[in-house]
Amino acid sequence: MSRPRNHWVLPVSVLVALLLGLLPLPAMLQPLRPYWLALVVAYWVIEDPDRAGLGFAFAMGVIADLTFGGLLGEQALRLTVMAFILQRFRSQLRFFPLAQQALAIGGLLLNDRVVGAALRLSLGEPQLPWTFWWAPLLGMLLWAPVFLLLDALRLGRSR
Amino acid sequence: MPSYAGPAAARPGDVAGTLRLLAYLALSITLIVFDHRGGWLAQVRARTELLVQPLWWLAGLPARLGDNVRDNAATRARLSAENRALRNALLVNGARQARLQAATAENERLRGLLGAVERSRLDVQLAPILDIDLDPTRQRLVLDLGSRDGVSVGQTVIDAGGVLGQIIDVKPSTATVLLLTDPDHAVPVAVARSGVRLVVYGRGDRLELANVPLSSDVKVGDALVTSGLGGRFPAGFPVGTITALRPDDSRAFLLGDLKPAAQLDRGRDVLLLRRVIVSPGPGAATAQAARNAAIPDSPISTRAGPQPSQAQGPRTTDPASRGPQPPGPTP
Repeated sequence: MSRPRNHWVLPVSVLVALLLGLLPLPAMLQPLRPYWLALVVAYWVIEDPDRAGLGFAFAMGVIADLTFGGLLGEQALRLTVMAFILQRFRSQLRFFPLAQQALAIGGLLLNDRVVGAALRLSLGEPQLPWTFWWAPLLGMLLWAPVFLLLDALRLGRSR
Repeated sequence: MPSYAGPAAARPGDVAGTLRLLAYLALSITLIVFDHRGGWLAQVRARTELLVQPLWWLAGLPARLGDNVRDNAATRARLSAENRALRNALLVNGARQARLQAATAENERLRGLLGAVERSRLDVQLAPILDIDLDPTRQRLVLDLGSRDGVSVGQTVIDAGGVLGQIIDVKPSTATVLLLTDPDHAVPVAVARSGVRLVVYGRGDRLELANVPLSSDVKVGDALVTSGLGGRFPAGFPVGTITALRPDDSRAFLLGDLKPAAQLDRGRDVLLLRRVIVSPGPGAATAQAARNAAIPDSPISTRAGPQPSQAQGPRTTDPASRGPQPPGPTP
């Protein structure tokens, strides 16, 4: 708490995550698009619980739903579930080495896919092609760079 | 709970956290249900989506820049080759158009003799696609034109091949297109060869023909054109070609797979049909702005897939289902 914090990092990181979600990808790569917003939300929930809690995750989800033109509330629900699990295991996660943390995030992203699929099933909406299940893997691999980058930006030069 | 976390102290917080979770879950499920059902939330949504416009614009920027760079970096040789190819295509199309003009004139004369309502020319507007990826479960496109450019909800969107979809949402500077393949979409069609009327449904990433009576005159390879029933789509635009027919679960009807006539994956531009139909007459569409072009109704509709053979013996076609004949194949 004594360290100076950069408060602009949170809104900017969310904005960048949304833009990365909208960025057009070739049809081949589209299923592999990692859930950037989930990574960013996960970072803030783990590292800055005073500002980012369930309400933050919910609000980001609603914004994402509006941005991506999906079902309103879908991502809000998915991100809220993820933020809740993160809050529960926050104390452990913070002391995990980065690799282990990435593994946990991968599990959460997979769980997020399951939640999304269950939601679609219950509403009778069409499911995503199975190739979209690769995305959590990529998200897992990207956790370390995202974490280090956001940490560096938030805390100044380095931890 | 591990020992270092102080489990005893965390208890009350846990309960409050769970309650908060339940509250947010309930809130999001309410949102989902209301949005799924449609209704008043749609209006709220339309308002709030205005705030997202700058974000879309920003996200579309790299693609636009990429296009610019590609255009600038294209070599002279490639450009001249492309130019040559386009000039050839123009020549061929011009010749075709001339022949069709004669056919259109004759058609109009015959219609006049029949006393039918005069079909007029269709007015189209070129619309660039804003290159961003939306929710992958929904088949939508965002156009870089909005109400400021005269786009309105319900307009039909076509490309060189056929129908692409319709406008469902208009903002001042963007418009959303519901593609034919969206699960919420259905389009009334007629088989170009036999005139049998059917409905084509979107199935996510493909098109499907459902509830085809076993006795109807429908075959693999048949081209489907819009029938104009329902009033949403004008008649006579290609929708697709039947690639497979199989019995459905009840065994009383057939299901058909379609190959869309339009290029549903990303192109760069699409055409918007203007609702306003220009009054007929050869000179009506000469003074168009540079971006707009007027095309007669028939040239597009006659590009519907392979030419059906006329020697086809009619099977058990119900005469009532022949209805208003869609524009026939060109000779």
